[in-house]
Amino acid sequence: MSAKLEALSAQLKLALGTNLTKLTVDLGEITVECKAKDFIAVCVRLRDHGELQFEQLTDLCGVDYSDYEDGLWEGPRYAVVLHLLSVSLNQRVRVRVFAPDDDFPVLPTLVDVWPVTNWFEREAFDLFGIMFENHPDLRRILTDYGFVGHPFRKDFPMVGEVEMRYDPEQQRVVYRPVSIELRNNVPRLIRDEGQHS
Amino acid sequence: MAEIHNYTMNFGPQHPAAHGVLRLVLELDGEVIQRADPHIGLLHRGTEKLAENRTYLQSVPYMDRLDYVSMMANEHAYVMAIEKMLGLEVPIRAQYIRVMFDEITRILNHLLWIGAHGLDLGAMTMFIYAFREREDLFDVYEAVSGARMHAAYYRPGGVYRDLPEKMPQYETSKFRNKAQLNKLNENRQGSVLDFIEDFTNRFPTYVDEYETLLTDNRIWKQRTVGIGVVSPERALALGLTGPMLRGSGVEWDLRRKQPYEVYDQLDFDIPIGVNGDCYDRYLVRMEEFRQSNRIIKQCVDWLRKNPGPVITDDNKVAPPDREGMKTNMEDMIHHFKLFTEGFHVPAGEAYAAIEHPKGEFGIYMVSDGANKPYRLKIRAPGFAHIAAMDEMTRGHMLADLVAVIGTQDIVFGEIDR
Repeated sequence: MSAKLEALSAQLKLALGTNLTKLTVDLGEITVECKAKDFIAVCVRLRDHGELQFEQLTDLCGVDYSDYEDGLWEGPRYAVVLHLLSVSLNQRVRVRVFAPDDDFPVLPTLVDVWPVTNWFEREAFDLFGIMFENHPDLRRILTDYGFVGHPFRKDFPMVGEVEMRYDPEQQRVVYRPVSIELRNNVPRLIRDEGQHS
Repeated sequence: MAEIHNYTMNFGPQHPAAHGVLRLVLELDGEVIQRADPHIGLLHRGTEKLAENRTYLQSVPYMDRLDYVSMMANEHAYVMAIEKMLGLEVPIRAQYIRVMFDEITRILNHLLWIGAHGLDLGAMTMFIYAFREREDLFDVYEAVSGARMHAAYYRPGGVYRDLPEKMPQYETSKFRNKAQLNKLNENRQGSVLDFIEDFTNRFPTYVDEYETLLTDNRIWKQRTVGIGVVSPERALALGLTGPMLRGSGVEWDLRRKQPYEVYDQLDFDIPIGVNGDCYDRYLVRMEEFRQSNRIIKQCVDWLRKNPGPVITDDNKVAPPDREGMKTNMEDMIHHFKLFTEGFHVPAGEAYAAIEHPKGEFGIYMVSDGANKPYRLKIRAPGFAHIAAMDEMTRGHMLADLVAVIGTQDIVFGEIDR
C-alpha cells in the first residue's frame, strides 16, 4: 500500500469515526462502507472535511448482490456504490451502502449533497428498483414509458418480458410476451483457483 | 387581452440538431426556456446487462458501440479495468500504440464535434472540412484493425496486433485514371506510421483553416459567447468532466493528474478556459486538436525506434501465436480454453477511468471469480453533461439550446448505453 493511500485511509478513519463500518484497500483503491441511516452525514463529511474534499461525485450505481458467487452471498441484496473524486487533493474513494430491506430497498437521496446524483439515482431506481427518499423527481429514465419491472435485477431475464410489434388491425404498436428464448453458449463458471489451467 | 401562458414544446427525438435520439420537453415563455426536461433512453440497449452474460473478451466490441465516435477510447477503459484486476503488465510498445490511438480517437471525436456543432450554428462548411480529415483517420483504423469504426483493437494485455508494415493503397478502377490514383496514393507508399506522420504534418494547417472560419467569425461569436455559462464550483457539483470542466477554468486532466499508460513520459499542455461559456469550450477543444497532434508525433517517433511485443505473453489472457497453436499441444489447449470458456478474473472490484475525448469515462467492474463480470457499470461523461442541460439552458433563447447541445458533445450511444 502506497504512502498516499495509507494517509488517506487513516484520514478517513479519523474523519468518519464510528460511522464507518468497514474500510478496505484493494488494487490501489479505498472502499468505505457505512449504514444507510448515516449515509448523508458520511457524504457531507466526505465532501466538506478539509483533508478529504470530495467535491465531485463521478458515479453512482446500484448493484444487486443476490447471485454473487452463485448464491453464496449472505447479507443485504441491494447496494448503492459511489465513486468520489477530489479535484483539489487528487484522490478517489468508493463508498458502498447497503439498503436494509431487500423487499423494498430505500436509501436517502444525495441530491442536496451533489446535484449530479439526481439522474444517477433515477437510473438506479429505474434499473434496480432502489427508492431514494426525498428525491425531487424519481421517474424512470432509461427504459420505455410504461415499462414494468427493473431490468438489471438478477432475476430479470436478459431477453426481457415483453416484445413490441405493430398491429395492423388496431393500427398501433402492441406489446405481447416475448417469443425468443435466451441463448447462452458460454456457461458462467467460477473456478476455485481463479485462472483456468 | 388574452392572458399569456407558458407553453410546452416537444423537441425531437427525430430532430437534426438533437444529435441522435434526444427528446426534450421544453417549457417556454415566448422564446425563453423556463425548463428543459431531456428524455433519454431511446437508444438503451442494456450493454451492462449484456456484458454480465458474456465472457470478458466477448464484451470488447460492445464497448466500441457505446460512444460510437470515439471507439477505441471506450475499449481502453474497459481493458484497463480488466488488467487492473488481473494485475497484468502491458508491454511498453502496446502502451505507446494505445496512447497514439487514444489521441487519434480524440481528433476523430473532436472533428465530428466541430463539424456537427458548426452545422447546428450555421457554419455548413465545417462539416465538410471535418469529414475530409476523418476519412484519413478511419483509414488508419482500418489498416490496424480491419474495421473503419468498430475496431475491437485493444485487448486485455495489449493490442490485437502490431502496426502493419504497409499502408493499404487505393486500387485501380474504371472510375479513376492513373494520375488521380497516383495522387490518392501519394502518401500511402510507406508504412502506417509514415501515413500517420504525414497526417500530423498536415493537420496543424487544417486546424488553422477551421480557426480562420470560426474563431474570429462574428456570427460564431454571437452564437457562442456568454451562452451556457458554468462556474467552476457549479461544474464540479454538476459532475462535468473533460473539456466541459476545463472550459470553466478547472485544470483537471486525468492524463496529467492520474497518468495511465505512458502519458507521464509525453510532453503536452492542458488548455483551460476562463469564462466557462460555449466559446471557451470551443477554444479548449481546438487547442486539444493541436496537443493531440503533438502527442501522436512523439508516439510515432518512439514507435519507429522501438520494436517489440504488443500483447502480453500470458497465454491465459492473450491467445498464443498461430504457429505455436498448430505445432504445440499446450498452445492449442490455451487457445481453445481462451475462446470457449474465456479467462477468469479474481473476485474483487475495480474502477478504471481514462480521459476520454468527452470527459472522464470510467468502468466499474465487480467480479466474483467467474469468466464473466458480475456487474459492469459504465460511467459515461455525457450522462452527467446532459443532466446539466436544464441548468445550462434555463433563461436562454430556444436557439441557444442548440448551441448547448452542441457544446456538450452529446452522443447517445454512451448516454443510453
